[in-house]
Amino acid sequence: MLLDDNDIQTICLTLKLASITTIILLIIGTLLAWWLTHSKRKWKKIINAIVALPLVLPPSVLGFYLLLAMGPNGFVGKITNALGISPLPFTFSGLVVASVLYSLPFMVQPLNNAFESIGKRPLEVAATLRASPLDAFFSVILPMALPGYLTASILTFAHTVGEFGVVLMIGGNIPGKTRVSSVQIYDHVEALEYAAAHRLALVMVIFSFLVLLALYIWNPKSKKE
Amino acid sequence: MFIVFFMLCLLSSSAYAEKITIAAAADLKYAMDKIVKVFKKNHPLEDLEVIFGSSGKIFAQIQQGAPYDLYFAADISYPQELSKNGFASSDVKLYAIGKIVLWSTTHNASKMTLTDLKDTKIKHIAIANPKHAPYGKRAQEALEATKVWNDIKSKIVYGDNIVQTAQFVQSGNADIGIIALSIAMNPELSNQGAHWPIPDNLHKPLEQAYIITKRAANNKLARKFADFMETTPAREIMIKYGFVLPKERDQTKNPGKK
Repeated sequence: MLLDDNDIQTICLTLKLASITTIILLIIGTLLAWWLTHSKRKWKKIINAIVALPLVLPPSVLGFYLLLAMGPNGFVGKITNALGISPLPFTFSGLVVASVLYSLPFMVQPLNNAFESIGKRPLEVAATLRASPLDAFFSVILPMALPGYLTASILTFAHTVGEFGVVLMIGGNIPGKTRVSSVQIYDHVEALEYAAAHRLALVMVIFSFLVLLALYIWNPKSKKE
Repeated sequence: MFIVFFMLCLLSSSAYAEKITIAAAADLKYAMDKIVKVFKKNHPLEDLEVIFGSSGKIFAQIQQGAPYDLYFAADISYPQELSKNGFASSDVKLYAIGKIVLWSTTHNASKMTLTDLKDTKIKHIAIANPKHAPYGKRAQEALEATKVWNDIKSKIVYGDNIVQTAQFVQSGNADIGIIALSIAMNPELSNQGAHWPIPDNLHKPLEQAYIITKRAANNKLARKFADFMETTPAREIMIKYGFVLPKERDQTKNPGKK
């Protein structure tokens, strides 16, 4: 066997985290991207900038603020406490929340582009055919925006798999709960287990390459209008 | 204006005769910063910088040719290994014995022992990662010696190094942690919480040693700083941060006092 049980556990955990994050972001991302596409409010630009923040912020900044905010004295921590939920740091749910924030632009921006290239016209046509807005979205917009959804989902999933700094800062490195593959590789390297690090790292390289290859096969530039 | 500024930067860096980089284990964070400050005051013309990390990480970096002139490890085995493989230009020199403590900002740790960690009120216990941080290794040994390891294993969260472990506790996210006394003695932390010294007989000694690396074989400043560690001002700082110093250890039998 190439990978030991602990490594496989981290891979399963990583895939679980990336899947849940992608599903949650599909919902949040759709709502946010739709609003950003069609809203005429001036402060839309501010929201746009906030959504893009995780692209440029060092993960240490995000990790630092999340650790403080989610802690028992932070504002998120006070909310979870009032709701009777255990504090988010060192939990899988905490990683999901962090990953949703961390990968937000990777979902919202491709969707925003997709919605914008579709424009208002199809919706108006659908409305003349007496389709409700929701019906119009699912039977007209969704099929048209499908390439955008594919790009957004793949990028979000892959970016979450590649998450490291934030997880290291708020995860607490708990096996089976918060120890994802990127952290496991780091630990292997730190413990001078280079052979083990190589094996897991190679899996990551192959995985990332395949994901990006899939992205380019399914969504070639030429298809974009 | 910009060009002048740029030129000044170039000039100022060449004004120093030598510059050394010290790589130190994370448990030395506060003590070493102080020592370097005093050293710089005495030698205003010398330039030195310190980087901190886990002993294991620095060990690996030196093997890969990292430009460090001195390496202060938290575990003597790392510099010994480097010395064996020809990465050292000095003897492996013991400079301190570290101590571990229970520390908390939310519970009165000074009145607790390791068996109290089983209490269901304690949800998260932070220790440094035993895989590569010497202080984490010793923490695990002490918990195993007390026979509580298996009961509390699921509550343990692992810091990347001893400073991050302390930070998990300081931010209130972990109820309690096992950290280096030298970190708990830092005024910023000692004002916030209390600690309980974990008896030395529960774990292997935290023998901390340093080497001058091969690349600094002829570096006078590296030698000067190593010598400075032996002087009274440096030793006093180390003692203040709770380290037991090699010579002192032989004289006093019980160094566990606060």
